[in-house]
Order: sequence, then C-alpha cells, then structure tokens
Amino acid sequence: MAKALPRASLVAMALAWTLGVQAVAADEQKMRSYVVEGSRAATLDACVEPTNEMRRKHMEFIKHQRIATVHEGIRSTPYSLAGCVECHVSQDAGGQGAIPIDRPDQFCGACHAYAAVDLNCFDCHSALPEGSSEAAAAAHRAAGLAQSPAERAEGAGH
Amino acid sequence: MKDDNQVIDPNRRAVLGAGAALGATLVAPGVFLHAVAGTPRTEPVSDAVRWGLLVDTSKCADGCTACVEACEHENGLDLQHRPEEEREEKWATQRAAWIRKVKVQDNHTGRVTNLPLMCQHCEHPPCVDVCPTGASFKRADGIVMVDRHLCIGCRYCMMACPYKARSFIHEDVAAQLTRVPRGKGCVESCNLCVHRRDHGEDSTACVDACAEQGHGALLFGDLNDPESPLRQKLRELPTRQLREDLALNTGVRYADI
Repeated sequence: MAKALPRASLVAMALAWTLGVQAVAADEQKMRSYVVEGSRAATLDACVEPTNEMRRKHMEFIKHQRIATVHEGIRSTPYSLAGCVECHVSQDAGGQGAIPIDRPDQFCGACHAYAAVDLNCFDCHSALPEGSSEAAAAAHRAAGLAQSPAERAEGAGH
Repeated sequence: MKDDNQVIDPNRRAVLGAGAALGATLVAPGVFLHAVAGTPRTEPVSDAVRWGLLVDTSKCADGCTACVEACEHENGLDLQHRPEEEREEKWATQRAAWIRKVKVQDNHTGRVTNLPLMCQHCEHPPCVDVCPTGASFKRADGIVMVDRHLCIGCRYCMMACPYKARSFIHEDVAAQLTRVPRGKGCVESCNLCVHRRDHGEDSTACVDACAEQGHGALLFGDLNDPESPLRQKLRELPTRQLREDLALNTGVRYADI
C-alpha cells in the first residue's frame, strides 16, 4: 500500500502530461487553419513576410504603413490591416457571415488574449472584410433590429 | 474553442458568392462598380493638385438631401445608431454628419438660398493651427483631415472651425466600413472621399448623387489645373468663399450667394 500511492501519482502525472501535449498539438493545428480558403494567403507559404517576422513585427509593419496611408495616401504597400482581415477572418458555420477577427477565439483576438496585449486596432477599424458591415447593417435594418454596441465591444481591453 | 473554417464547404461558398454578386448587381450596381474602379496609389500625394469643390447654390434644390444621404452611405455614417438612453432630439445634434444642408435668408430682401455645408478644406485651416497633437492636418493635395491615430478627442478643432464642419464620435460604434475607420473619442469631418482620391477616381459621393438627381449643383476637381472643368467653371461664374474675411482661402467655393 505504501508503494501503491507514489506509483499511482506517477501514472497520474504521466497521464496529465500526455493530455497536455495533445492539447498543445491541437492548439497548433488550430492556429494553422486561420486562413480563408481561396484568399491570397491560401496560395502562399507565408504572409507578406516570413511567418516568424510576422509574429514578432506585424505591429511595426502596420504602424509605419498607417503614416504612409493616412498622410501620403499610399495604398499599395503589402502591409495592410484590411489585408489581415481579408485573409484571416473566420466564417460563421451557421451562415451568419464573417466573425469579427478581434473576438477572443479568432485569429487576432486569440493570440492577443494569450499574450495579454490590448488589441486596439479594431476600436476604429472594421474587424470584418470589406462589404460585411454594410450587409450586416442592411440585414439588421430589414429585420427591424437595433445594432448592439455591446457585441462589438467584446474583448476591448480599455 | 471551435474552428469554424474547417466546416465550410467551398462549393457552398461559391454558390453564395455568385448569389451575392447577382444580388449586388441587381440592387446596388453603382456602389459595387465604384468599389472595383481604380488602382491604389503608389506615390505620396503632392501639392501639384489641390482638390476643391464648387457649389452652385442656384441649382441646389430646397428639401433635397441627396448629397447628404450619399455621403452618409459612402462614409458609413448611416451605420451610427442612437444609444438607448439618448433622447431623439439630442442625438440629432450629436451624431456625426459630414454635410449639413443649410438654408439662409437675407432678412432685407427675403431671398432664400439652399446650400450644402461641409469642411471647406482651407489653405490655412484653423483646425490644424490649434490641434495640440498634430492629428488635424492638411494633406499635400489640400485635403484637411484627421489622423485618428493621433487624435485625443480634445475638440479644440471643433471650436476653431468657423464652419461647424467637424463632428465628434461620442459613443462606441457598432460597425465600420473598411474604407472609413471610426471609433469613440475622435473628431472627424469631410475628407473629400479620400479613399476615392487614393484609388484614382474622379469624383466624390455627393457630386455623383447631385448629378444623378439632375441638379448638377456640385462640381469636384483640381483647383491648381487651369484647364480643369472646375477652374473653367470658376472663371465663368461669380463665386465666393464663405467667411472670406478670415482669409482662409477655402477649397470649397459657392456661386450665386
């Protein structure tokens, strides 16, 4: 009996470790699939820069891009927030259209939640691909529903 | 967490896409046509052009709000919603508007003039002078606009503007257009459809709408080019700037006023 207890705890630890590894593997699998089928990203090995650079420096890229776009009117550079949304937004399985990309279980939102970094881009920028907001608003109006800002504010960290 | 991308059947999306495209061409051909027109700008804007507007008030019809509605649709202003606790009358004065239809009367003669009033895109804009963060700025091509990344929402520019052209976003917004970002706590105003400028299109939403109504009271163009239709029209008609006494050299000119 005295030996059985440590053995049981060892087995339990081994089980927990195995489950943990599987969960991590499943997470990696999921991260890989945040690319819209048929989008530009789906045809490429990496985003506009190698994946490692995108992970570390995407905020630098779009920060410099914003000066060029707002002040100089340059809209042709590869870095664009609208581009992130266009290629990486998920579609609702129930046919309700695109899901805002800043939700805590979506491409931008999930990683920012994990890293505990506020994601403020989508306070002002559309978290849906071009055309989605208009379509959603039209559908809301047709159904006679008011749009709820609470839904949009989900995950807003400030 | 559920991954919704994996359950999508590409064929179903193709069918939906085709349906949406068909619907779009049937319902709103103009909107979608303009979305694909033009190529994105690759070079920085320069002061070789200065964008401007001419408003012929004699053609501006009483009661017509086509330009206002077109502007609201183009710039996502119609996506604003009234907060539940806000009174109807207060909301009417608080919601963002880039164009206001104004009716002025000469008290001596009784003559009534209708005109759309928007940002006048001054050469020497008071809103830029007073901005403490450099958020309010004039682009090289004469468009006066707000860089929301820098705007802290102090509203000095709204105080400084003699034309009451700027609006403040008081509440969280439920939806934005990709081409016109918008968020609580920033000031904004007419930017002469800057997304259209940057894609090489030759007009603004309000000008198109006015022409569609058959009024043709608005004309958009380059104030620097002596041969542009705008400059030719300015040569032909007696026009004025609003509040000329302030010597702001506005980019929006009014005829018959």
